[in-house]
Amino acid sequence: MGKGIIQARDLVKRFGELTAVDGISFVVREGECLGFLGPNGAGKTTTIRMIYAISPLTAGELYVADYDIRHHPRKIKGMIGVVPQENNLDPDLTVLENLLVYARYFEIHKQEAVRRAFELLDFLELREKKDRLIEELSAGMKRRLIIARALIQRPRILILDEPTTGLDPQARHLIWQRLRSLKREGVTQILTTHYMEEATQLCDRVAIMDQGMILRLGSPQELVAAEVGEEVIELQVGEDEEARIKGFLEGSPFIWEQAGDTLYLYCSNGREVLASLARYPHLRLVHRPATLEDLFLKLTGRRLRE
Amino acid sequence: MYRELLALSWPSWRAYRVWQRNLDSYRRYYWASLVGNLGEPFLYLLAMGYGLGSYIGEIEGMSYLQYLAPGLLVSSAMFAATFEGTYGTYLRMAHLKTYEAILATPLTLQDVVLGDLLWATTKGLISGLIMLLVLLPFGLLPSPWALLLPLVLIVVGLLFSALAMVVAALSPNWEFFNYYLTLFISPMFFFSGVFFPLTNFPSWVKGVSAFLPLTYAVALSRALTMGEVSVSLLAPLLWMLLPTLLFGCISLSLIRRRIIK
Repeated sequence: MGKGIIQARDLVKRFGELTAVDGISFVVREGECLGFLGPNGAGKTTTIRMIYAISPLTAGELYVADYDIRHHPRKIKGMIGVVPQENNLDPDLTVLENLLVYARYFEIHKQEAVRRAFELLDFLELREKKDRLIEELSAGMKRRLIIARALIQRPRILILDEPTTGLDPQARHLIWQRLRSLKREGVTQILTTHYMEEATQLCDRVAIMDQGMILRLGSPQELVAAEVGEEVIELQVGEDEEARIKGFLEGSPFIWEQAGDTLYLYCSNGREVLASLARYPHLRLVHRPATLEDLFLKLTGRRLRE
Repeated sequence: MYRELLALSWPSWRAYRVWQRNLDSYRRYYWASLVGNLGEPFLYLLAMGYGLGSYIGEIEGMSYLQYLAPGLLVSSAMFAATFEGTYGTYLRMAHLKTYEAILATPLTLQDVVLGDLLWATTKGLISGLIMLLVLLPFGLLPSPWALLLPLVLIVVGLLFSALAMVVAALSPNWEFFNYYLTLFISPMFFFSGVFFPLTNFPSWVKGVSAFLPLTYAVALSRALTMGEVSVSLLAPLLWMLLPTLLFGCISLSLIRRRIIK
């Protein structure tokens, strides 16, 4: 196993009878962005909560910058900025005060804290709101403020639990830009997300989790190419044609699967496939490049969770 | 539970940062809070001390107003610490997720709990000090030993903060605090020798009273106010400090169980 800024070996987390994380191992390289993807209940949030030392391990080993999480939680927490899933900004304080009070927890000197706070308010376009109370902010502003708060201590590692869930596209793109610019500055990032587009945009590598285990870990492009192929053809078939098409596919070399009224063909030679499908002129079909979402659904299945 | 108590590591001076956070948030509404702190004990002093007091002769060789003052003093600290320790702690712990936010920083749960405990104690102290300022011009603090009363207020604050935080840790919702306030705090307010001595009550009432921590606070406060100081006062002091330590540890342990998952 290569050396990285975070090393996890056989991590286990149990809540009573429930095993939320079931013996996972991974390495996070310094400066990369690693995404944890998975359906609800896969163990993503539990995993990252163990990394920022808020949730004790049931078993396994976890090192952050060579510090053992069991013995040096304070040191480790001092180098990690956390954007939790739930906003937990301080509603009794203003935007600026939220940053300054948080800076005190890291023993940052008042003068320096003020300087950094204004820098971050500019970075996340919140300066005009500095004297507002939290309840007066929109969802996107709260999210930006919580990212600013996580950055006030200049963390080596930034952990983001669903950073853009529930935000409009404008707010989401602003946050993506900021996260990419932090990555250029060398901040290691770990994020969880439900949005495959977000993972594709931000992550160097993704870990696809389900039922407390990591199913695949690698760069999105490589994983997609290896597991799904390069192209996907979606066929929407009516009931009358379904049997005939499936009969044809059974006899063909194509890899395919069915979900509801749609058949998915995974291939690297879409044009040939399309040519051989030309004998069914009434098909509604979409031919597109394979994405992380195809891989995700292939690995974790298409049935609903929860 | 026993093992958990032993496993507790010491909090650090960083608890001060939590205390500071609470002070910053308090600044936003301190007038309303002060009125609340002061209002009730002051009304009791006025209504019972002057009103009722003019119909009552002396109690234990002093005017009723004088009898009442030391008990109301510690009661005001008790109420302020109790409200902050229950509602305040619960608000930050369960509702605002302040604990979660702070735990993602170098602070530990021990720091957070100690910071909140000291803050609730501070609220008790503030409330008691205001009461002292009210008593002073009435000539109700005849002995110079009264200078030690702020220390008593701190001890009272610590004790009732620790108790309140145990309740907050166990509380599933806001209504839960009614049990504690109605079944424990209110009876204690009336049966700890604040308003009347328990000498004429049946022995079981006295027995119960001997288990009420406020009883010792009132005794201590009255002794210092009247300058009747002796070594025997160490006993009530001890009876307040020991449960403080015990309930402080229990509250930490319960809050840990609730928060750390």
